[in-house]
Amino acid sequence: MSERIVVDPVTRIEGHLRIEAEVKDGHIVDAWSAGTMVRGLEIILKGRDPRDAWAFCERVCGVCTTVHALASVRAVEDALGIQVPPAAELIRNIMHCTQNVQDHVVHFYHLHALDWVDVVSALKADPVAASQLAQRTSRWPKNSPGYFSDLQKRLTTFVQSGQLGIFANAYWGHPAFKLPSELNLIAVAHYLEALEWQKEIVKVHAIFGGKNPHPNYLVGGMPCSFNLEEAGGINATQLGQVAKLLKEAKDFVEQVYYPDLLAIAPYYLEWAGIGGGLENYLCYGDLPTNGFADPSGYKFQRGAILGRNLNEIHPVDPRDTREGIEEFIDHSWYEYSGAPGRGLHPWEGETRLKYSGPPTPYSHLDVTQKYSWLKTPRWKGHAMEVGPLARMLVGYAGGNAQIKDAVSEALGVLQAPPAVLFSTLGRTAARGIEARLMAQWNIDFYDQLVQLIKAGDTRTFTKEKWDPATWPSEARGVGTAEAPRGALAHWIVIKDGKIENYQLVVPSTWNASPRDAKGQRSSYEAALIGTPVHDAKQPLEIIRTIHSFDPCLACAVHLYEDGNEIGRHEIGVR
Amino acid sequence: MPALLESPVVPTIYEQMQSRGVNRRDFLKFCAWMSAYLGLQESGIAQIARAIETRRRLPVVWMHFQECTCCSESFLRSSHPIVADILLDKLSLDYTETLQAAAGQQAEEVLQDTIKRYRGEYVMLVEGSIPIGADGAYCVVGGKSAIDSVREVAAGAKAIIAWGNCACAGCVQSANPNPTQAMPVKAIIKDKPIIHVQGCPPIAEVMAGVLVHLLTFDRLPQLDALGRPKVFYSARVHDTCYRRPNFDAGLFVETFDDANAKKGYCLYKMGCRGPTTYNACGSLKWNNGTSFPIQSGHPCLGCSEAGFWDNGPFYRRLTNVPGFGIESTADRLGVTALGATAVALAAHAAVTRVRKRDTIGEQPGENAEAAEASRPTPPDGPANPEI
Repeated sequence: MSERIVVDPVTRIEGHLRIEAEVKDGHIVDAWSAGTMVRGLEIILKGRDPRDAWAFCERVCGVCTTVHALASVRAVEDALGIQVPPAAELIRNIMHCTQNVQDHVVHFYHLHALDWVDVVSALKADPVAASQLAQRTSRWPKNSPGYFSDLQKRLTTFVQSGQLGIFANAYWGHPAFKLPSELNLIAVAHYLEALEWQKEIVKVHAIFGGKNPHPNYLVGGMPCSFNLEEAGGINATQLGQVAKLLKEAKDFVEQVYYPDLLAIAPYYLEWAGIGGGLENYLCYGDLPTNGFADPSGYKFQRGAILGRNLNEIHPVDPRDTREGIEEFIDHSWYEYSGAPGRGLHPWEGETRLKYSGPPTPYSHLDVTQKYSWLKTPRWKGHAMEVGPLARMLVGYAGGNAQIKDAVSEALGVLQAPPAVLFSTLGRTAARGIEARLMAQWNIDFYDQLVQLIKAGDTRTFTKEKWDPATWPSEARGVGTAEAPRGALAHWIVIKDGKIENYQLVVPSTWNASPRDAKGQRSSYEAALIGTPVHDAKQPLEIIRTIHSFDPCLACAVHLYEDGNEIGRHEIGVR
Repeated sequence: MPALLESPVVPTIYEQMQSRGVNRRDFLKFCAWMSAYLGLQESGIAQIARAIETRRRLPVVWMHFQECTCCSESFLRSSHPIVADILLDKLSLDYTETLQAAAGQQAEEVLQDTIKRYRGEYVMLVEGSIPIGADGAYCVVGGKSAIDSVREVAAGAKAIIAWGNCACAGCVQSANPNPTQAMPVKAIIKDKPIIHVQGCPPIAEVMAGVLVHLLTFDRLPQLDALGRPKVFYSARVHDTCYRRPNFDAGLFVETFDDANAKKGYCLYKMGCRGPTTYNACGSLKWNNGTSFPIQSGHPCLGCSEAGFWDNGPFYRRLTNVPGFGIESTADRLGVTALGATAVALAAHAAVTRVRKRDTIGEQPGENAEAAEASRPTPPDGPANPEI
């Protein structure tokens, strides 16, 4: 007997995600992933000034804020042949590393940890033992018995109040929780500490971009200016603050996040054999050191891995309109002109919203038909997983010494072979490994920025192509970025100074999309197969694997269209 | 429901603070800070202290619709640590898809339990707009459309806080041509008090401040005619901007990163919306006072105003807003946003002016003074409605 279970809403993610799964004999035998919200930003972008696009795109997501702004300014600059000054590139790299590190920490503690950490069990812990345990793997100064004891009292009072707030009605006591009480207490303490810390590190965005969430970007560079000698620009004071924040971020990752990850993982090694999924990985690469136009200078290498074969890295070209990236809508609530089963490259695509699911309220979606607001991207016909794991694997396979060392070190601590990476646990571990690297790279970029300023090059903006009068009548570009959740790209077509077409294919579109025309599953659906389910009424194991991808659904759902009137007609806007 | 949800013993917020190691002195310091924060007289400190000592944790549900979650993220950035702690513990945040541990059916149970158990007592926070196109199919959570959910949860709420531009005005997804027919909360819910906390996102401390006001005084802060708390939204960014003297002196950035940009001159010519934007960016700033957009060198986008996405292009200075003649700008905006009263006020709006036609180098049809004065201060709403 199999049983269909529904998890909707999937919580502790960004956006609205629904999972339906078929469970048989305690394991998932099939699964469907549906994005249930759409906004239509690409329709809205049409006809606007390309220099404004970053602000619209940034509002795709407030969790991975900045990354869409970055991809957008790169897309416009790529189309117009703009190369930003070195200082602007370094500031962008610093903002990007800051974003990924902050996002990874928040994901680990606030979005993912409660899948592995039993908050109620922490009440039974011995604070002295917790302190000893924490001090064994980290020199974080707060890990004292008094610290854990105070936290435990706070937690006890909270639970006794009867108003459990965000912790109410969860899966406490579930047999899939394996951590000793002391480790649960450590993790809960650091959950609260990370909440405090995450608002500090983003001050880097406020300094260079004015605010967070949603700092400002600029086509042609960055909006901030340096002025070391007069009040008015960024000076030694702000730079000093950035340096301090980056150092604190590295300390937090090295002394709290990473040790916690490595302390928790050994209790869940069975999850190194669960949730592998597609085992195809795609990475566009990022963190340019010689301009965005030169991928050979990226710190994160560009490439694809197929069938977990780490001996071969396939080249990836987002511009290849004939044999590259395509999007399908065979199970998505859109329509294309022409025959069903077509895939379209983003520069050439067309999309129209066309809801054909059940009327609300509904209990089940008809998954044999269209069942999601996400389109289904494919690379050369392959379903691909994107994210920190893809970045680490491509870097590892490509022989990047820093990535190789960082991955090997983590595997060494866990005494596990590289094969464990192809899993739910591997995905979660890769994020922590990456956070370590990026926290260090962030400091390296800062040092380079200071050297540059010292040498007298403080330019943050090039005005050469700012004026639309300097633009060709038609241009198209692509901007890629390695967002916290993986490979992100924006494609833009500019005509007569305005946006003719704009499309985003984002990490969670790759991972969370429905099946394609051939019935191939995307990452979430593939990864859920084989996942054990102890109690079909409690979806703890399902959300473990789904959360390991760090879903971001507002990002994932998007559309654009090729005719002005069609969209209006179809959806009956005024 | 599990037993954990059903304890009758609910300590007051002050008791909880004590048990968490907050001593009397720190507690009073917090009250004084909050009092200053809310612009109260000294006597307000005692009032806040009394309120916090006796109140239980207010049940709150945070509904998520068409959103990018920047409001939730901003809320988490609330910077004064003790306030962040208090807010987490003063409220009982019973439902929020972003943070809650339970998922799916268990999450829905908590929501249903809260809205039944605390009917008439809980506060509904809304993040995101509500699409009414395609019979609600553009935003569905747990099989229910956003329209149905917002109506169901609003019915038992004692008040609603609309977080951010999405819930207040539809924000980016409602920009032309508004493909999903995204609507603000006030378009769906007409019979409940709604506090509009504007911005994309709102400033963290503004969000925290509004909640503290509600919890402390058991009533809404005074709102303007657009439903925004006056304490945070009564001044234009232009009027609290530290670069304002440059505007008055006619000193402007001509292009990004030019010599004038490095001196922190006024960004009016780069398209700054400060003159038509009501928000606390210039006074409170962002991320615990670290900076704000203008300070970092970028013009204000006007993100706390309805329809700001269609008031572009962003880098074109205000006087060239397409479709609006210069002299009619104030009236047209006034009529759209504020109604006839505002038009009368616009005529009397007192604004510091200097003759700067020459220094700005106005092009034909432009008028910086008119742009500067184009938005009057919104009139007040009703005084502190009780809830």
